[in-house]
Amino acid sequence: MRFLLRRAAFYLFTAWAAITINFFLPRMMKGDPISAYLARNQGEVSPEAIESLRILFGLNTDRPLGQQYLDYWGVLLSGDLGRSLSKGLAPVTAIVADALPWTIGLVGVATIISFLLGTSVGTFVGWRRGSAAEFVVPAATFLATVPYFWLGLIMIALFSTTLGWFPASHAFDKTVHPEPTWEFVASVIHHGTLPALTIVVTSLGGWILGMRNMMITVLDEDYITVAQAKGLSPRRVMVGYAARNAVLPQLSSFALALGFIVGGTLIMEMIFSYPGVGLRLFEATLAKDYPLMQGIFLVITLSVLVANILADIAHAALDPRTRQEAT
Amino acid sequence: MTTLEFSHVSRTYRVRGAGELRALDDVSFTLTSGKTLALVGQSGSGKSTIAKILLQLETPTSGTILLDDAPIPRRGRALRAYRQQVRMVFQDPYASLNPYHSIRHHLERPLRLHRVVPSGEIDGEVSRLLERVRLDPDMAGRHPHELSGGQRQRVAIARALASRPGLLIADEPVSMLDVSIRLGVLNLLADLQRESNLGVLYITHDLATARHFSDEIMVLNKGVVVEHGPADDVILRPQHEYTRRLRDASPNPDALFAAKDAPFKKKGRS
Amino acid sequence: MTTVTAANATMEPTEPTPERRGFAEAFAMFRNGKSIVGLVILGVFAILALLGPWIAPYDPNAIGLEARNSPPDAAHWLGTTHLGQDILSQIIIGTRDVMFVGFGAGLLGTLLAVVVGVTSGYIRGAGSEILSALANVFLVIPGLPLIIIITSNFDDPNMLLIAIVLAITGWAWGARVLRSQTMSLRNRDFIQAARANGEPLWRIIAVEMLPNLMAVIASSFVGTVTAAILTQTTLAFVGITPITQWNWGTILFWAQSLNAFPDKWWWYLPAGLCIALVGMALALLNFGIDEYVNPRLRSAGKRARALRRRGFTQADATVVAPEAKR
Repeated sequence: MRFLLRRAAFYLFTAWAAITINFFLPRMMKGDPISAYLARNQGEVSPEAIESLRILFGLNTDRPLGQQYLDYWGVLLSGDLGRSLSKGLAPVTAIVADALPWTIGLVGVATIISFLLGTSVGTFVGWRRGSAAEFVVPAATFLATVPYFWLGLIMIALFSTTLGWFPASHAFDKTVHPEPTWEFVASVIHHGTLPALTIVVTSLGGWILGMRNMMITVLDEDYITVAQAKGLSPRRVMVGYAARNAVLPQLSSFALALGFIVGGTLIMEMIFSYPGVGLRLFEATLAKDYPLMQGIFLVITLSVLVANILADIAHAALDPRTRQEAT
Repeated sequence: MTTLEFSHVSRTYRVRGAGELRALDDVSFTLTSGKTLALVGQSGSGKSTIAKILLQLETPTSGTILLDDAPIPRRGRALRAYRQQVRMVFQDPYASLNPYHSIRHHLERPLRLHRVVPSGEIDGEVSRLLERVRLDPDMAGRHPHELSGGQRQRVAIARALASRPGLLIADEPVSMLDVSIRLGVLNLLADLQRESNLGVLYITHDLATARHFSDEIMVLNKGVVVEHGPADDVILRPQHEYTRRLRDASPNPDALFAAKDAPFKKKGRS
Repeated sequence: MTTVTAANATMEPTEPTPERRGFAEAFAMFRNGKSIVGLVILGVFAILALLGPWIAPYDPNAIGLEARNSPPDAAHWLGTTHLGQDILSQIIIGTRDVMFVGFGAGLLGTLLAVVVGVTSGYIRGAGSEILSALANVFLVIPGLPLIIIITSNFDDPNMLLIAIVLAITGWAWGARVLRSQTMSLRNRDFIQAARANGEPLWRIIAVEMLPNLMAVIASSFVGTVTAAILTQTTLAFVGITPITQWNWGTILFWAQSLNAFPDKWWWYLPAGLCIALVGMALALLNFGIDEYVNPRLRSAGKRARALRRRGFTQADATVVAPEAKR
């Protein structure tokens, strides 16, 4: 129980820190595109929208800083992240809500596949030390160092432009309606294959190597020898004893790697024009659309926190030692 | 002549979720130059806590410690002087030396910190220290992993003696050594004590060596002193139940076969 | 393990080992095969970075309209861009940016990690928890969006600025590892002995602890450099950092904007391969360090191969390594 409380406290603190960073960012940046925009488009913006934009981006300097901070929290908690300057003043929350599912889908699917595949291969390679399987190691290392954006481009060049197997952009075909029909789902999968594949290939190396190293360390433990001496089948020992213990540190590194995975996915979206938050962030950056940029930053950070919490719960559930500590 | 008085010292720890742990409960003893006091007890009895308190790595919850009738200093130059007087030989020869540094480094540090000899004579003093513990002075340039357990422990003893202390705490100095070399190291300690008239606190779980090596024995059980007296008295005529059990737990091959109600019978009988 | 009886406690006189041995020990981790290969590759790129402007055959910006879009030939070893610019020169000049920002960010980030990590590992109580929470916050907050937002604010960020931003977003991982290593080191007997000696705090950390942490620090440095190089080239490619300075990512930016894919392979392959090569070299370095620190990894393959020669397969038996006798 104490363990979960401490983690909860930590996540709350991090969320607060992220929101506070977001508060200070526009105030530290020079120039004021918001005011300029508002000045140009006076008539089109509703007073409420103006007010919330001013609070979110530090334009209400008539109030003391402490008061600004409280107002900021007030606006956030009411679910308002401001208006996007580059997308016709649409509420930021709406834009993010549209884009987020695509990103989560892409990240989720790709990560799960590469985690499962990488961990399995790593288990096998670690189990068969010194055999031909060792050649996987330099291959995996190379994969882990290839910059993903470059691989993405190569993928497009190869599979899309040359071979024409997969489309190079967007989440689904323009002609298909976004309804839950098989046609739509098929189109989504068709379009999503290349980006997901790129993420899988680039992150595979890391998982394989990590699992292999953990397996080697675990296999030297005495309880493995005991299991084998008991006469259990090699597969049973490999999976039930070795892998089960080796995978635990992988889980915690998974949670920490989430930040990097998200970064990689953002780049993928930019390259493949995949309509997730990454693409929106890119467009917002080019257009200097600060409200959208910061809204996305906040949402991404909070999502990563949630994912971390889930990973923590999974880790606690799987590791009997944490459970005991908690009692 | 140096005297250290440990008076009615208690140490309690607060454990998260489990209340309080009394590591030491009203423990008192005196260390004097030239005498060895053995502190006997099993794991968890509080022996290490006493050592840490004496080294000022921990502070007692209550009680007083007096060195030559003055409360022990806790800071500044006086603390440094205390650290020069009271030294310890650690239990694990594989952990008490920094794997990165040479033997010379380990012996130089106390010499420099306590300004035992002028800078120019440090090398010479290092060699002398190594000779005192019967090691080749050429070993000074080596690193711990190149030495055996017994050699490392001798280096640890040399390090403790480097500052020319009055009192030595030996925390299970031979428990982690091969049985065959234990006697050698213990005899070395006894010789060194005689030469320098040291007061020694010999911490051990082994009654036999306690008797061989010390004048007085103090038996500790779960933080409480259950017996305290001259070595022979405690071994041959133990007053407390716990001491008796400790003594009986030591394997004595002759007694096993000889006694009428011996647990083992000679071969040939069922 | 030789045992020494009381009788023959003195050893045979041997060659006294030189005192500086300890210092060299710290770099023993770089002596295995993998590390050496990695260092050599990095050395080559370092030379390119330093001597770039003098080695490059052409000015990377120089337009040569006669030789546009041409594949590699004698005049242009890596071919030319749509404007006739020499790609080889672009790569050579671009090396400086990449290496400077990468290693700069690595240095700053590792420095930060050591200060925060070791301090929070050594001290106890509230101070330690606060520093640890600080590191964790920076670890969880996703770096890339933060970097994008901060760098987009500046119109023409120079290399130092980018290095600083990357260091700020990348130090936390090393700090976390160092903290846990320091905490376990702190309880080791030789540190207790140093404290009992009366060593001042700064000496305990700098002289007694740090050398034992060298492998972790080196590994963390290498990791930070790798991440910095990848992030920096990615940002340049996407166009977020200015494209006025040459950098491998910038080359790819132009390649993509001008439809070099898939035909003009000479334009986009070399830059990507260079990035991968540097990353590979750094990874090899990391491997070398890993094997040094964890001797099990070192001999895992060798032992298994030796077993196989004698007729056992890995699946049949786990070798019980003869532990050093106490």
